[in-house]
Amino acid sequence: MNVDDDTLYDDSGNETSGDDVDFVIDVDNASNKELHSYDDEYQYEVLSTDDIVQHMVDCIKEVNTVVQIPLTTTRILLNYFNWDKEKLMERFFDGNQDDLFKEAHVINPFKKVNAVKPKISNKLLGTEECDICFMVFPPTQMTGLECGHRFCYQCWNEYLTTKIMEEGVGQTIACAAHNCPILVDDQTAMRLLKDPRVKLKYQHLITNSFVECNRLLRWCPSPDCSFAIKVSYVEAKPVACRCGHVFCFACGENWHDPVRCGLLKKWQKKCDDDSETSNWIAANTKECPKCNATIEKDGGCNHMICKNQNCKADFCWVCLGPWEPHGSSWYNCNRYDEDEAKAARDAQEKSRAALQRYLFYCNRYMNHMQSLRFEHKLYASVKDKMEEMQQHNMSWIEVQFLKKAVDILCQCRQTLMYTYVFAYYLKKNNQSVIFEDNQKDLERATELLSEYLERDITQENLIDIKQKVQDKYRYCDGRRMALLDHVHEGYEKDWWVYSE
Amino acid sequence: MAATRRLQKELGDIRNSGLKSFRDIQVDESNILTWQGLIVPDNPPYNKGAFKIEINFPAEYPFKPPKINFKTKIYHPNIDEKGQVCLPIISAENWKPATKTDQVIQALVALVNEPEPEHPLRGDLAEEYLKDKKKFTKNAEEYTKKHSEKRPAD
Repeated sequence: MNVDDDTLYDDSGNETSGDDVDFVIDVDNASNKELHSYDDEYQYEVLSTDDIVQHMVDCIKEVNTVVQIPLTTTRILLNYFNWDKEKLMERFFDGNQDDLFKEAHVINPFKKVNAVKPKISNKLLGTEECDICFMVFPPTQMTGLECGHRFCYQCWNEYLTTKIMEEGVGQTIACAAHNCPILVDDQTAMRLLKDPRVKLKYQHLITNSFVECNRLLRWCPSPDCSFAIKVSYVEAKPVACRCGHVFCFACGENWHDPVRCGLLKKWQKKCDDDSETSNWIAANTKECPKCNATIEKDGGCNHMICKNQNCKADFCWVCLGPWEPHGSSWYNCNRYDEDEAKAARDAQEKSRAALQRYLFYCNRYMNHMQSLRFEHKLYASVKDKMEEMQQHNMSWIEVQFLKKAVDILCQCRQTLMYTYVFAYYLKKNNQSVIFEDNQKDLERATELLSEYLERDITQENLIDIKQKVQDKYRYCDGRRMALLDHVHEGYEKDWWVYSE
Repeated sequence: MAATRRLQKELGDIRNSGLKSFRDIQVDESNILTWQGLIVPDNPPYNKGAFKIEINFPAEYPFKPPKINFKTKIYHPNIDEKGQVCLPIISAENWKPATKTDQVIQALVALVNEPEPEHPLRGDLAEEYLKDKKKFTKNAEEYTKKHSEKRPAD
């Protein structure tokens, strides 16, 4: 199954026709202000790069109808306030305007500037010297910002290019003069840059900073996708990009209901961190009492001889005391059973139990994640099956139930995967028991559905299988909803207690 | 190359300016991108000696900043054992192509004369500088006597 067939998340199905290249162009030309909604009432727009630029220009214009200063200055001010229009207006009308412009590193447009006098070259009257390359130019080949510092076009181009291409700075490039904080506005930058490649990068940097600092915008995190999602308020809700990727608007991760963004982040950090490696070390190893080398015991008796050639300590694995007094019977080491030794062993027990617990949840989480990755394979095999069934005199419409079944299977797997993250942090109470029952039920049904989809379909059992698959996916879908509703209800009624 | 032309002019200007705190500038004729010179501080505890530095200009100069290294060991919170120095004026984000080498040197001399323990490169020295200035001064003086170069006569 390829992208073109997957119109699941599209409101207007005809956008996705044609090959990949057309796909992008089509989308760019599609109506921009279309509101989408993936889940209940949460509405959003999908913006192409051009839409974002337009949106940015609209923002600037909107502010400008009120403040009435040059557009380029408005843009710098807006960027300074992270594109918060209200904050800008407030400062503009209530605060000291002079300070505002100074802080934002732009010349106050209401003031006549005492421009720095151009450096007149001694060599030739009517020429200027560029303070960067020390060459002499006629005034027409020198240029600068409102601050009055002038440099030759070539040096400007070189300076801006270095900043843009090597440091990735866009909106906040300052005048090239020593100690001058005045920022280069976008129009000037575009005028001074020569290489189209650099210009493009500059525009990318500007759009990117606009999206990044705007709370209501988020780039689609899918690789190579250049769309952004625009919402009217931030909430942890699923949004579907035009590329098909569904993600949580609040955190940008794959849509992760029922677990919330914060816990998921914690979980992912736990999984990524080496902390689990060290947990394993704590649970499965001890340290040589003499040289502190880490030792894993993988069999044999309790008489340990450290393999560190400089150490070779003889000790007992159980009590970590020297081996000698143990003599013929190591059971003697129960006399080391003092409080301290006991505490050490308890700590080890605890860390071992915690590791077991983590591995339990992690295994199940990983398992569903793995199965989800096979999704594409499954879609392909189901496609074959659907074609096969159409040869058995079934119509196209009649075989669509198989694709629907895979869709639901994937949704169930994704939900199940995140239920294990939720469950890992959940403390046991009556509601958590109900949650686990729901989880069990959904998991069992999901596995059955998965099994049905792998069966061979023949002319004889076709009707039977169709009935079974349909029954099962409806059941799965229902159970998934029930589980999610229960968790959501718990959020509202504060049932859930977390362990960490 | 733009760098060569500008550096030749800068070098000439600095040599002609008769700067007392930075002198004996040596530049290999085949490579104008590397300068060596002597920093001669005025303030105690460094005014008993002189310190050799090397300035390395990148090929992209002046669009990229020069790098400075101390060749003489110095007991200073802002200069580490390897001779690296943290000078904001030549950091990539602050660097301006119109900044001249003499401005950079003046900033460096000012830093040597007045250490900035608030953003140190050597935490131990910064702590000593803030908590026990007397001890710091004594250590620095001894260190200067032992390791630094001879100050020029005039």
